[in-house]
Amino acid sequence: MSSNEMTAMTTSSGELLAENKVPFWRLRKAFANYVALIPYLAFALFPFYIIFITSLKSKQEINNLGESPFWATGIAVENFTYLATNTSFFEHWMVNTLIVTTVSTIISVTVGILAAYALARLKFRGVELFGVAVFITYLVPQTLLFLPLIDVVNAIDDYIPIRDTYWSLILTYPTFLIPFVTWLLMGYFRTIPVEVEECAYLDGCSRLGALFRVVLPMAIPGIICAILFSYTLSWNEFLYSLVFIQDEHAKTLSVGVFTELIRGDIYFWGSLMAACLLGTLPIVILYGFLMDYYTSGLTQGAIK
Amino acid sequence: MATIKLQDLWKHYGEVQAVRGINLDIAHNEFVALVGPSGCGKTTTLRMIAGLEDITGGMVQIGDRVVNEVPPKDRDIAMVFQNYALYPHMSVYQNMSFGLRIRKTSKEEIDRRVQNAADILNIGELLERRPKQLSGGQRQRVAMGRAIVRDPVVFLFDEPLSNLDAKLRVQMRTEIKKIHQRVQTTVVYVTHDQIEAMTLADRIVVMNNGVIEQVGTPDEMYSNPRTHFVASFIGSPSMNFTPCNLTKTAGGLAVRLNDDISLPVPEERAARYASYADKEMIFGIRPEHVTERRQHANGAQQDIDANVNVLEPMGIDTMVFFSLGPTEICARAEPSAVSNVGESMGFTVNMDKMHLIDPSTDAVV
Ligand SMILES: Nc1ncnc2c1ncn2[C@@H]1O[C@H](COP(=O)(O)OP(=O)(O)OP(=O)(O)O)[C@@H](O)[C@H]1O
Ligand SMILES: [Mg+2]
Repeated sequence: MSSNEMTAMTTSSGELLAENKVPFWRLRKAFANYVALIPYLAFALFPFYIIFITSLKSKQEINNLGESPFWATGIAVENFTYLATNTSFFEHWMVNTLIVTTVSTIISVTVGILAAYALARLKFRGVELFGVAVFITYLVPQTLLFLPLIDVVNAIDDYIPIRDTYWSLILTYPTFLIPFVTWLLMGYFRTIPVEVEECAYLDGCSRLGALFRVVLPMAIPGIICAILFSYTLSWNEFLYSLVFIQDEHAKTLSVGVFTELIRGDIYFWGSLMAACLLGTLPIVILYGFLMDYYTSGLTQGAIK
Repeated sequence: MATIKLQDLWKHYGEVQAVRGINLDIAHNEFVALVGPSGCGKTTTLRMIAGLEDITGGMVQIGDRVVNEVPPKDRDIAMVFQNYALYPHMSVYQNMSFGLRIRKTSKEEIDRRVQNAADILNIGELLERRPKQLSGGQRQRVAMGRAIVRDPVVFLFDEPLSNLDAKLRVQMRTEIKKIHQRVQTTVVYVTHDQIEAMTLADRIVVMNNGVIEQVGTPDEMYSNPRTHFVASFIGSPSMNFTPCNLTKTAGGLAVRLNDDISLPVPEERAARYASYADKEMIFGIRPEHVTERRQHANGAQQDIDANVNVLEPMGIDTMVFFSLGPTEICARAEPSAVSNVGESMGFTVNMDKMHLIDPSTDAVV
């Protein structure tokens, strides 16, 4: 269609599109929406802003009380180079955290999927009781659980040396991740129409076949959600890591940064902030990749 | 040979008895419609045939095989669910070919069958779409297509048309009939719409409260219902019922509706009703057998007069409602012969088509 025709059409189709002007009430509404977001953004993003600004400041600038803490006068990379040269940030902490987080997420999501499916779909004696038990386990605070877990890790350590290695974390993180993932996915599986699964049986699938070919693909948003949350939870985990690992090279990010960059009452503010910034990046990237799946309605169109 | 045999089939859900001892034999390639009011156990019966529901008691046999313990995947059954249950993450083509892929059919064969089914159902252009990009009617076709390509021994339909608008429903009804003529298979078709059942089925099974009330061809169900329930369920608008007294008269028997109106029973029925003489009975007559006043062909036709309460024009006929004792009767009359509301009108009742129900047993006698 030529542009002439377009103009003709818009004018003939009435006053609405003639000027192509956004009505005033729409602008006001959009403005109101943004205003409403401001307090949220202030709270959510301000710490990140400080982290970002501080990580770019040189030591002198940080210690100079005359400078505004909210603005940097130049870009200094010394904090980052300090992390690389004087700590195990990149070659150990980062690597350890990645390994621990990835492996424990894989374990937890796998076990959680199977458990959640069983609890949501299978009919067996005491299935409700199991569901409640999962929820209660999930409610027991980590700060209580780590005491008996020390005992468990020590007992295992007598046979296989896991203390002071990331294996102790890979083994213990699922204790709080699995109940969480199971609880989350149980709710999700229940929203998937049973008939679709039954259709898969009639089409010739076994229960496991139906689970993999039909139920899981439909549960992708829920599974992504479970992956994101367990990844974040184990990435940020502090207590177990602090308790089970003393060896500097076996430490994870959260504990390594805390124990090596704060010496007594000396805070290495610049490199602390640089470490925080770099430490959040993988999570941000992961969210960026998975968010699209997470929000898309995958079960749409299955029924009616 | 895909015959289906249900023998003394029971299903309990805890305290609820959904199906209470059903016996039914379905022949090879027969189209059987299960009808009944909501909650009577139709879906439950269907799901037990499919193997999706455990059987509390009795036996399900498909062909010569008792399938009580056979899992659904080994029964070679295709089912169209009430809500379609399409795989939302697959395209229409993948939806339709899923069962064949699971059964390791060759690619060419899959392609041929899917194309064939798509032609039958007229969904050739939709094959690449996802279910959420389809309208309700199109989803319904895809659900059918998914069943057709499998070429199963038994087709189960659970109210497949209930979510469609009236026009599409009639269209798809014809479509299903054509499909059954082309793809010869045993079909069990659940519906609560008795018109669907009448038009589609070779035989109709009327269920109520978990038991079978009557099994028969659409014709039998219409002209010889055996229970009060079947008489009221089959036919639209449904049969008129009114309490009456079966009295002896000089010429034989008569249905006495009130002090003024007494309708003689046709002679050939006198013997059949003799034992109910002088009893309180229920008189049943379909609207199409109560018409405007007509020339009598024989003595079985009786005249009555009544005031018109309500008129419902239907185009070809007009439904006329009038009071007869405590009940309101619906008659089906020629539009030109209808009086105005409130005025008197003459009707002719065709007593050859009457039904008499024993209220103590609810059986049609
Ligand atoms: N899973 C279940 N648990 C308990 N009771 C059930 C269950 N499924 C069905 N019922 C009961 O069994 C009876 C028969 O149900 P069914 O679904 O077979 O009815 P239906 O004839 O298909 O009805 P509709 O026409 O409404 O679909 C109903 O009383 C219902 O409440
Ligand atoms: Mg039903």
